[in-house]
Amino acid sequence: MAGLNKSEFSNPLINWIDTRLPIFTMMQKEYGVFPTPKNFNYFWNFGALAMVTLLVMIATGIFLAMNYQPNSELAFGSVQHIMRDVNYGWLLRYIHQNGASMFFIVTYVHIFRGMYYGSYKSPRELLWMIGVVILLLMMATAFMGYVLPWGQMSYWGATVITNLFSAFPIVGKPIVTFLWGGFSVDNPTLNRFFSLHYLLPFVLIGVVFLHVAALHVVGSNNPLGIDVKSPQDTVPFHPYYTVKDSVGLCVFFLVWAVLVFFAPNFLGDANNFIPANPLQTPADIVPEWYFLPYYAILRSVPNKLLGVCMMFGSILILFVLPWLDTSRVRSARFRPIYRQIIWVWVLAVIVLGVCGAHKPEGIWVVLARVGTLYYYLHFLVILPILGKLERPLPLPESISRPVISGGGPMPSGATAKPMEKA
Amino acid sequence: MMRARALGHLLAIALLVGAVVTTAAAQEEAPTPPAQHWSFDGPFGSLDLAAAQRGFQVYSEICSVCHSLQYLHYRDLTGIGLTEDQIKAIAAAITVPQGVDDQGNPKEGPATPADQFKSPYPNEQAARAAHNGALPPDLSLIVNAREGHADYVYAVLTGFADPPPGMQMQEGMNYNKYFPGHQIAMPPPLHDSQVTYADGTPATVEQMAHDVVTFLDWAANPEMVERKQIGWRWVLFFLIMAGLTYAVKRKVWADVH
Repeated sequence: MAGLNKSEFSNPLINWIDTRLPIFTMMQKEYGVFPTPKNFNYFWNFGALAMVTLLVMIATGIFLAMNYQPNSELAFGSVQHIMRDVNYGWLLRYIHQNGASMFFIVTYVHIFRGMYYGSYKSPRELLWMIGVVILLLMMATAFMGYVLPWGQMSYWGATVITNLFSAFPIVGKPIVTFLWGGFSVDNPTLNRFFSLHYLLPFVLIGVVFLHVAALHVVGSNNPLGIDVKSPQDTVPFHPYYTVKDSVGLCVFFLVWAVLVFFAPNFLGDANNFIPANPLQTPADIVPEWYFLPYYAILRSVPNKLLGVCMMFGSILILFVLPWLDTSRVRSARFRPIYRQIIWVWVLAVIVLGVCGAHKPEGIWVVLARVGTLYYYLHFLVILPILGKLERPLPLPESISRPVISGGGPMPSGATAKPMEKA
Repeated sequence: MMRARALGHLLAIALLVGAVVTTAAAQEEAPTPPAQHWSFDGPFGSLDLAAAQRGFQVYSEICSVCHSLQYLHYRDLTGIGLTEDQIKAIAAAITVPQGVDDQGNPKEGPATPADQFKSPYPNEQAARAAHNGALPPDLSLIVNAREGHADYVYAVLTGFADPPPGMQMQEGMNYNKYFPGHQIAMPPPLHDSQVTYADGTPATVEQMAHDVVTFLDWAANPEMVERKQIGWRWVLFFLIMAGLTYAVKRKVWADVH
């Protein structure tokens, strides 16, 4: 009897289960009373938004898979069957198709939030690194998902991207043959991509679980980037952040709905409405918008192998970001130079994205090279040096006592109040 | 405050880059097709059923001689306002293969509303052979499959002209202002008064092009009307929910800070 959980739930059924398997106690601890810094801004919505998006993608994807044919002869037509004949198939597919874009939007904002407020710094390095793994898995999943409709851009995008691996000496060619399941992108490629596209989201769920588990050990960062000092700095997750996340979720769904219902193909490529044709290369092979910056980095380097390495490197470098940034101050609010320079980095990424959408000619090559150079400069040179040179502003004493002009003590009742409620 | 300003700078730069990109793109290749007025434009756009039905007539009498519409079934025509009896009659006039008989010989018979639109050629080789090697594309998704969409398809249908002096045309090709490269294998398909509209609309080239593009936009996006109707309900729902949730959030958070 030693292992029985002393459940505090009064409902007899819940109590019975919780005594034997304390999932309710766990949920209460991790999502109910979980002490969370009380000063989050709306940037802290985006983790929850990404989580919800993943679930919506899995839900819609399962139903799409019931009507999709992963066969190079049938795939394109089966997508049209979903769009035209399956009850609300168009709705499922447009939610799923635009969901990929929404997933990347929220994830990119989530990553940016981590960079701006220094969420990757000690003790959250591992939490951050698990996040980078999530990003990589997402990218693989999205890439393979885009191949499934078997349109022209699906086919040629798959050809270009898988061919990148051929740049590696000796192992390159066999890897490509292995990925293709043959000697060109063909039916075996589509079959394995479908299988993996169905598998990886569940792997993602597992890694997201680790991400959240790690978060609940080290606790959330916050806009001030300082540690929680006392219970007065926190509020219980529920109802404070469940309701705040819900506000963001409604707005997020609103944007998603506008895309799905009024501009479902706005982010897509017209070429993907043409069935895959191995004999006809489209005039311009462009990936989806969320891959454009990496694509620009790839094409900005004249040497193929180096280009491939720099493209993968642009994400892998995030793994060591916690050690490249030598500043011990987390939040950009107290780093007068960093808070400017981070926007230059954002601009470089946007410029790279625009370059990625254009043929690598003339001005676009120059811009892409400048962007690539700055991207790496930011991580490899600016961040390590800046941490040593920059003079951070004075940090507040605690979350509930921010440095206000004058810095006088606040009336004691004002800070104690939330605790009484909790 | 600083953050808002930084964001403003960023937006300004992004807009600038965007403007440069658009002008640069506009100068390449064929001219941008002029924007037409379409019944299905915008979030309130709907389908002009009369135009779509006239467009179906243009497709049936002219386009369908060479172009398939393979992802459509006759039953789908309820979407442009035809009745079931009308659709049955349309389908019955078309002969389609119907499997094999007891002796194993291929059978043919009148189509039913459940049948796919019949393609003019049995396969790609036959289509190419009949067109000097060129393949008339399937039109089910043509409006979605071209940059410029409905405006582009309209521009190509009405963009035939004599080649500018000095331009060397390939054998069997026709000059078109809006087709990339300006040489298109399709001869001008539409001529004034080529069809006779039952509703008395004068069948000018522009009118027929407009009607058939309306039909083809429906063919590519048959869910459009329903999609926008449902869309407004969802948008309204999330707007109200966002407002309510925000009010609750304010109340819950009232005594923190």
